[in-house]
Amino acid sequence: MSDAGRMHHDMGGRDAGPVDQGGHSHPEWEKRVDALMMLLSNNKRRLIGVDELRRGIEELGAENYSKMTYYERWVSSITHNLLEKGIISSDELGRKMAEVEDAARAGGEKD
Amino acid sequence: MTMRSEDSVLDHYQAMELAVSALMINKGYFTEADMVAEIDAMAKRTPDIGAAVVARAWTDPDFKARLLADGTAACESIDLDMGPTRLMVVESTETVHNVIVCTLCSCFPRMLMGIPPDWYKSKEYRSRVVREPRVVLKEFGTEPGADVDVRVHDNSADMRYLVLPRRPEGTDGMSQDELAKLVTRDAMIGVKIVEAP
Amino acid sequence: MARFAPGDNVTVRRAFPPGHVRTPYYIRGKTGSIAHVLDSFANPEELAFGRDGLPKRPLYRVRFAQSRVWADYSGPAGDTIDVELYEHWLESEEIT
Repeated sequence: MSDAGRMHHDMGGRDAGPVDQGGHSHPEWEKRVDALMMLLSNNKRRLIGVDELRRGIEELGAENYSKMTYYERWVSSITHNLLEKGIISSDELGRKMAEVEDAARAGGEKD
Repeated sequence: MTMRSEDSVLDHYQAMELAVSALMINKGYFTEADMVAEIDAMAKRTPDIGAAVVARAWTDPDFKARLLADGTAACESIDLDMGPTRLMVVESTETVHNVIVCTLCSCFPRMLMGIPPDWYKSKEYRSRVVREPRVVLKEFGTEPGADVDVRVHDNSADMRYLVLPRRPEGTDGMSQDELAKLVTRDAMIGVKIVEAP
Repeated sequence: MARFAPGDNVTVRRAFPPGHVRTPYYIRGKTGSIAHVLDSFANPEELAFGRDGLPKRPLYRVRFAQSRVWADYSGPAGDTIDVELYEHWLESEEIT
């Protein structure tokens, strides 16, 4: 039976290797992504629904899904959803991303 | 995660998060204090909360019955904040061993257990535990006998599942606090059993 | 009003639409029985596109024998898998 109708995130029953039981400690930015998701989807704001966030991840496509880490997928989905809803624009996002990168670079040079 | 360019100290996705958060704060959707409060609240959610629920169920038959009938209501009755969680507690017994997975994403009872372990979210676990649960359990050192039914639960929709593991031998007379210390996150997912002290 | 009751035999529809579908691929076309009638919930397939997902749909826990899900299942006959499934994915089925 071909897997033609199977979406990449729908993994039950696929062949895969042994389970790596190790974990990793969560850097600050991952905690912030979790917090951001909670703040956007909770009952107080309901800006983006949990199923909209999940769909955003599912729509990344098989290659991106495999290459990206868990939190990279979440932050991408959050961002795409906010763009789609017109809550933020690509223009202001691009400018702000450049700004934070410049600030981080400047902070690094000071050390 | 790789750096986007040699001279960038911030990963592309880290920059995305910082930029999105900053824009949302500037637009007044929430404050930095809200972010900090949420991170603090998340840090307080650890498997210790779930372990205390298990220990209470082991020692209080009325609570156990209520927990199995309506997990959310039972936990709220002991002043636990369940948020929007609809909890289903499944009891492992002499003849049934339960194990939980979310094959579609990473659904997990976070209000009782905190964030799920990396392996729970991995393609290896999500792919294989539904199809060859006993092989996966063995990788975790757990081997239910052939006379025990292994029951896998795929969190495919709105409920969140927690295993009520079997109380081990040699724990008579232990206090709830002492019992809770024996209960691990992995036992509440179902890949491990609770070891006797 | 839930259409199915605990113990009813049901078959998961064999359909493979794109979109945000919470019926796992591996369970489509399989036959099991209702283990638990859960509450009704807004349809996630619609919520995923920013729509309200109403009217709410009944959700069920459906139990499947592993040997009926996987042709090569190697465990004992009593092993099962429970999947949460929405009513619109289930059809009535008699197991002979």
